[in-house]
Amino acid sequence: MTTITGTDSWFRRTARSIRIPPVYFFLVLIFLVSGLLDQIYSDGQILTNPAIMLNIVVRSVALGIVAVGQTLVLIGASIDLSVAYTISITAVMSSYIMQGETANVPIAIPAVFGIGLIIGLTNGLVITKLKVNPFIATLGTSLIIKGIINATFSNYTGSVPESFEFFGYGTIGPIPVSIIIMLLVYLVGWFLLSRTKFGAHLYGVGGNSEVARLSGVRTSRTLIYAHIICSMTAVLSGLFLVSQMRSGAPWVGPNGLYDLNSIATAVIGGTALSGGKGDVWGTLAGVLIFGILDTSFNQLGVNPYLKMVLRGAIIVLAVASYTIRSKKEAA
Amino acid sequence: MASSTVASQNAFVTALQALWAWIRKIPPVYPVFILIFLVLGFLNPVKYQSMNGIMTFLRTASPLAILAIGEMFVLAIGGFDLTVGAIVTFVVLVSSKLLANDPANAAPAILIMLVAGVLIGLTNGLIVSYLKVPSFITTLGMMLVVRGSALYYVGGAPQGYLTDNWRAFGRNYFENVPVFERVPYALIVLIVIAIISIILFNRMNFGKEILAIGDNVRASQLSGVKVRLVRVLTFVLCAVFAIVGGIVIGGYGGVNVTIGEGLEMQAIAACVVGGVLLGGGKGSVMNVIIGAFTLQAIVNLLNLLGLPKPYTDVVQGLIIIGAVAYVGLSSQKKQ
Amino acid sequence: MTDEVEQQNTKSAENIQPILEVQHITKRFPGVVALDDVSLQFFPGEIHAIVGENGAGKSTLMKILSGAYIPDSGTIYLDGEKVSFSHPRQAQVKGVSIIYQEFNLLPERSVAHNIFLGRESAKLGTLDIRKMNKEAVEVLKDLGVEKMISPTSLVSSLSVAEQQLVEIAKAISFNAKVLIMDEPTAALTYTEVDLLVKMIDRLIQKGMSIIFISHRLKEVFDIAQKITVLKDGKLIDTVDSKNVTPADVVYMMVGRALDHYFPPLGDPEDFGDVVLKVKDASNQVLSDINFELRKGEVLGVAGLQGSGRTELAQSLFGVMPFKSGKMELHGKAIAVRSPSMAVRNRLGFVTEDRKAEGIAPRQPIRDNMLLTVRAVQFLFGLIFKDGIRQSRKLVPMLGEQVDIKTDSFNREAQFLSGGNQQKVVLAKWLASDSDVFIFDEPTRGIDVESKAGIHDMIRELTKKGTAVLMISSELPEIIGMSDRIIVMADYRIAGELPAGSSEGDIMLLATGHENGNHEDTLTAIEKE
Repeated sequence: MTTITGTDSWFRRTARSIRIPPVYFFLVLIFLVSGLLDQIYSDGQILTNPAIMLNIVVRSVALGIVAVGQTLVLIGASIDLSVAYTISITAVMSSYIMQGETANVPIAIPAVFGIGLIIGLTNGLVITKLKVNPFIATLGTSLIIKGIINATFSNYTGSVPESFEFFGYGTIGPIPVSIIIMLLVYLVGWFLLSRTKFGAHLYGVGGNSEVARLSGVRTSRTLIYAHIICSMTAVLSGLFLVSQMRSGAPWVGPNGLYDLNSIATAVIGGTALSGGKGDVWGTLAGVLIFGILDTSFNQLGVNPYLKMVLRGAIIVLAVASYTIRSKKEAA
Repeated sequence: MASSTVASQNAFVTALQALWAWIRKIPPVYPVFILIFLVLGFLNPVKYQSMNGIMTFLRTASPLAILAIGEMFVLAIGGFDLTVGAIVTFVVLVSSKLLANDPANAAPAILIMLVAGVLIGLTNGLIVSYLKVPSFITTLGMMLVVRGSALYYVGGAPQGYLTDNWRAFGRNYFENVPVFERVPYALIVLIVIAIISIILFNRMNFGKEILAIGDNVRASQLSGVKVRLVRVLTFVLCAVFAIVGGIVIGGYGGVNVTIGEGLEMQAIAACVVGGVLLGGGKGSVMNVIIGAFTLQAIVNLLNLLGLPKPYTDVVQGLIIIGAVAYVGLSSQKKQ
Repeated sequence: MTDEVEQQNTKSAENIQPILEVQHITKRFPGVVALDDVSLQFFPGEIHAIVGENGAGKSTLMKILSGAYIPDSGTIYLDGEKVSFSHPRQAQVKGVSIIYQEFNLLPERSVAHNIFLGRESAKLGTLDIRKMNKEAVEVLKDLGVEKMISPTSLVSSLSVAEQQLVEIAKAISFNAKVLIMDEPTAALTYTEVDLLVKMIDRLIQKGMSIIFISHRLKEVFDIAQKITVLKDGKLIDTVDSKNVTPADVVYMMVGRALDHYFPPLGDPEDFGDVVLKVKDASNQVLSDINFELRKGEVLGVAGLQGSGRTELAQSLFGVMPFKSGKMELHGKAIAVRSPSMAVRNRLGFVTEDRKAEGIAPRQPIRDNMLLTVRAVQFLFGLIFKDGIRQSRKLVPMLGEQVDIKTDSFNREAQFLSGGNQQKVVLAKWLASDSDVFIFDEPTRGIDVESKAGIHDMIRELTKKGTAVLMISSELPEIIGMSDRIIVMADYRIAGELPAGSSEGDIMLLATGHENGNHEDTLTAIEKE
């Protein structure tokens, strides 16, 4: 039997299939520019001091972990606006249960993960069974969580035992535990998305749910799992934050803008809001971009409010860099 | 004798059926609002059954309604505007500095704010239309830009107080009005905005084109509609209304840094409760106003029942989900 | 056809049982009988084409065969066994796969992922990617394209032809015995069609049975051994492609008793000045477009699907503007860069796909009808002043003109039947100020009674001085309505024909057959 060869040259075909997402270029660019500005206007530590570089990553852990969950949900063409308050409730509940006693840690951790499970399950069910728009559904749950938190706590509550602070501050050798855990989360996220049936199905559900359904994919179940995983990552972020802060406060989640930031980093990293496309490494690049900006702004002594402005502008410009070429009208 | 009774019975039945058909068409938000308000009146007659009290309620509820109307325009065209809350923060903080504690500056300060609103809306609209960035992301980024700019301008803390004349829009009342006793300025502002919006949305080509675009962009393009122009103007309108809402809110509440946070979500919620479809193609100014009133009424009701604020959040969340689920499931049944 | 295939052909004539057989299939939809007592047999190793005009029942038949529709009556036999499918997956698993014109692929996923979506090889939930890719390569090898398409390539990076191959690979991976293809060559270039043909030959040699729908008669004759003609839901005949000519098939497809009388054609004396003139215009898909359109005349645009007719309309209307050449509207040189500009210059475009491109489904019928009027008015123009009162009269008037059946013009347009929706689109354009109209399949999907009404209306328009460019796949409509006809093929104008040309004349130009091509053009030029 003869082999049929294509009409395209090998070169063109390869060029088409290698597409490095713009976010990595941005990451390198921003790193270099920051380093340069730092050299000129400050003490040039970004490029020279490994401790600073490490610090950039550590600052990014909380956002980084929850961004993985958000990435999964976005790939499924859904969204999760409840992560910020999930982080908050984790922080206060874990801190409250622990009350500074190491003995309580094994009680606190399953408890908060249990809460995360309930939140994720609720989100998933409301979206798939009640057919409520994900934006509204998760907005609603976030308000419910907010209410529950504020009804029971109004300030710093309880405390975290020193042993638990290992999560936030400990190191294994030269590497902080928090970074190790974050990388683990990314590896798990990567594995789920690219090496499991669940991941393959999730891309299908987000890319074209009708095609997925016709192919026998259980679309509801897949999406519910994605939401549960997302809430779990939020819980993990919350635990990290509380281990650093030593006591949980209700405003932790919304103050850090974890909901909108996790969405922004995912989109900058190449995940499409419309679903079916994206990966965790791009999100990580997006998270690191935010981290570098934060640190370099600090080094340069940039006014914190200007930081906010610049961050907003960068979000828009980064996404614009790849939407500008699209032919479809945006909404 | 028997036949005429039967005939009149039939006429009666037909009339009832017609009435029932009309009732079924009423958007659910109206009976819900009336119900809640009646309960409020029952629980606290002094406040909610007196003209005075009703006007006070309207003063509190009007700003959200103003914001919701602006948001409605953007939702109807199929987009999101998340900058609304940040714009309110912007108005309050920047005005506090612009006014420099001098009432004479009120008019120019307001003018500057309105111009700023136009610029913010233009930026939003142009980015979505020409850079093709989805409005969710655009307004998310712009939210940071606007809020950050405001905080930067005032150096993180209010730079003065808001003068009384500036605050009039949010705080004062027209006194000694026949029948209504006293009418809050805020309500008048809302009424003016509502009238303008109803004309724009229901009685002008503008509104019809917005709905067509939100419903089917391609068909609108092919019918000759200037999609991009309409879209940009919609964002401008939303931003300007947010400025107006901010002036009223600032007038009522005074200056503080966290004012405005979360308002965009509340505005969207008010719209959704008022029957606006996320994704575009549907909208109604009156329904959205009542939606906003309903949300406020619920807050008040829960306060009245002695439930502290946190529970109102829970209930709000449940109601928002419930409203959308209800609309979604019932429209499925129609098909 | 290759010798091997010929051999297969003779074999099947002898004693092979049909792999797929349908008997007495009938399917009704509200208001129309889509299939009426159709019985067919499909044999292994055979390529069988189904042809017919739009509405003949081809795609209904395909959908029944592939499990997307359930017939109202009749039976389906697969490999001698009676089957009944209630979901396309069931049919796929049993060996009947269908490839639609709009591929069912996930563009952002790899070839292998697309092929195995929903049935990925996995251990404990973990994908065995190596196995998946290997199996994908095996399937691609079966098609002989393993050097051309890599299992890890993103589908979006593949050309349309390659994507089609992925769909075929998907079908093969289900061990398909029968492969149904809907307009497989519609989106392909000539070279790509050659590849597809080689592919099909390969599949035949394995004993697969291929059924395909196509409007491109040339290819039907090149590829298929058997041709079945459907008309108005009924089976006209199944013939051997060797034993008939394209003209025969065309006659079977379109020949019908003229129970439908078209309004009289325009009188050349009534044709006014040239209102639209296009000279040497080209863009990324069309080349060398030249024609003129005069006031009061109907210029028919004929051609098979994929010949570029809709693209011509889109280019004229500014959706996909011309990149070179000249265009004159009302005597003024103009470059129409956007639909908005087109409408302002009194050009109207009644699209083919009314749902996607013509109707705003959740808006009232009334607002749909007034959209073009509003689009050119002042954005902040008051409806009350010149709209509401006018629209109270205008809308029912329009409704009557196009004969829309509805109890209220305030109902949302999505609740109308397809035919009525098309009428709303027509009404919308009638309401506009346009004096040059492009109609793309104006009566597609409309019942016979209303068709006459629309044809009358088009003629009325021309009597008032409007110029009409009418694209149609229905030959009787082209012949009955056009004062002049241009025929398109392969994104160019193949020729121009005068009124009264025969269906054969048109089809020959449209199918790109060499003989008859030059002659007809010469005749047309002479007549001018």
